[in-house]
Amino acid sequence: MTTQVKHRKSRLNKFSNLPAGDKIYLSIVYLFLGIFLLMVIYPLLYVVSCSFSSPEALIQGRVFFLPVEPGVQGYEAVFSNSRIWRGYANTILYTVLGTTISTCATMIAAYVLSRREFPIRGFLTVFFMITMFISGGTIPMYLWLKSLKMLNTLWAIVVPGAVSVWLVIVARTFIQSTIPEELFEATSLDGGSYLQYLFRVVLPLSKPILAVLAINFALGHWNSYYSALIYLNDASKFPLQIVLRDILVQNSVDITNSAVAGDVNNQMHKQYLSELLKYSLIIVSSAPLLVVYPFLQKYFIKGTMIGSIKG
Amino acid sequence: MIRFLKRQQRYWQLYLLALIPFTLVLLFSYMPMYGILLAFKDYSIKRGILGGKWVGLKYFNQLFTIPNFPLILRNTIVLSLESMVIGFPFPILLALAFNEIANRHTRKVLQTVSFAPFFISTVVVVSIIFQMFSYRYGVVNTIIKALGGDSVNFLGIAGFFRPAYIISGIWQGAGYSSILYISALSAVDVTLYDAAAIDGASRLQKVLNVDIPCIMPTIVITLILNVGNILSIGFEKAYLLQNPVNYKYSEIIATYVYKTGIEQAQFSFATAVGLFNSVVNCIMLILVNTIVGKISETSLF
Repeated sequence: MTTQVKHRKSRLNKFSNLPAGDKIYLSIVYLFLGIFLLMVIYPLLYVVSCSFSSPEALIQGRVFFLPVEPGVQGYEAVFSNSRIWRGYANTILYTVLGTTISTCATMIAAYVLSRREFPIRGFLTVFFMITMFISGGTIPMYLWLKSLKMLNTLWAIVVPGAVSVWLVIVARTFIQSTIPEELFEATSLDGGSYLQYLFRVVLPLSKPILAVLAINFALGHWNSYYSALIYLNDASKFPLQIVLRDILVQNSVDITNSAVAGDVNNQMHKQYLSELLKYSLIIVSSAPLLVVYPFLQKYFIKGTMIGSIKG
Repeated sequence: MIRFLKRQQRYWQLYLLALIPFTLVLLFSYMPMYGILLAFKDYSIKRGILGGKWVGLKYFNQLFTIPNFPLILRNTIVLSLESMVIGFPFPILLALAFNEIANRHTRKVLQTVSFAPFFISTVVVVSIIFQMFSYRYGVVNTIIKALGGDSVNFLGIAGFFRPAYIISGIWQGAGYSSILYISALSAVDVTLYDAAAIDGASRLQKVLNVDIPCIMPTIVITLILNVGNILSIGFEKAYLLQNPVNYKYSEIIATYVYKTGIEQAQFSFATAVGLFNSVVNCIMLILVNTIVGKISETSLF
């Protein structure tokens, strides 16, 4: 570690002291990084700025970097739309329920597979792993859920993907590598059962990996749109992403529902407002994740790291 | 037998626990696999999923003879190949670039920024593309007009689809994918740098002769996994970006399965199309793994 630090320090030499070749090289590297990060940030900044501008400034193309004629008209339009509210509520329901079910099921699978003495451990591992490579495909899954009478219910959204084999392996690796086997021996000497060991020892010591699982599942559910598109057809059950698609991609925004056919100016304003609403909607739907991710990213990194050691 | 059962007795709680994920996987991964047989049968609503008549390869023949089949297959392969070839180097370059930032704190902040798009949904990414490139109000056209040009209806150009698909993919995933390479780089033995310094190596030479060889195994594994998924490219973004104008580039196997299967309810045919996709995927994975295994020592299996 000390050599590592020393090495980093040695790399810290003043830019001006470097040989010419290194200067050119580093300039190119920083330029690449700068352009890349600008490309990452600009669309996000642009959307945020638009969402806080006035509809007229937006339509006249006066927004480039920062909000013009700042206001929250777009947000007022978003929050007065009942479809968006319902979509939001549905997404929260699916995310909370789905994350709970998935985290429990995946953690149980990981715990069972982490017990080396469990006789059918090898069989179960293969049984789970096979599903990573073979799947029935869209249509067989659709028909199967149909015959289970699960279509158009929230269960079709929250249950089928509950066991994520990749995350089972990540969690199992975590349990095996961080929880000392002595704890199991101590528990069984005290007459503790497998369930007691799970609840009193494994789960309390697995908080970091439970966070990894929960965050991965929550992100998946929050942003998921495929399963809702295929399995749901009742508009009152649509999650936010489907509502977003209708409004943003298919352009079927209807905020004029309060309209008593007003004068032309009023109509124009409404049309402008519906354009502004799109930007505010993008922010309202993505903000929860964008605000929390800097604090949670270490759990994603951890999941990727443990996963890559095995895979 | 009784002794065997007696021996299993002390594991009963584990068996009970295992039953939960076992049942879930059995119900939602294995049972649908059974439905693959539908590709070889006529679907009938009356007789259930598998009660239909055995028709052998009828639906595969139907697939191979539809006029659009070559187009769809080509779109799928070209789109994923281009995404891979163009997108693959970015996370590596990004990781190498981050590695050149000496200040830990700065590096951390910049890395965090590069992750941001990973947390944005596909629907929102496509929406941002639509908004920014919109003919009437998009910022891109505003800039073109400000520079004295004429507005371009990007979304009405068929050729817009592929760049939009590929570049937005890089935008969304490069920062996140660079994690693997960054961690591989942090594991590089520092004595190698010192040795290189003694030999008078420049920065670039250190990268070429130390960094890249050290992360080569990670690169190869990622490459194999990517190639294995060559035909399973995302349905979501292609479907969202699709419009009648860009159909000749945007219709891929996954969107075709959705349209024939879910929208038109041709269940047997769509199952056959999906199965064809999986089989080609499987063959690709094995093929690439063998080729790469021959060239280098790293391979997946």
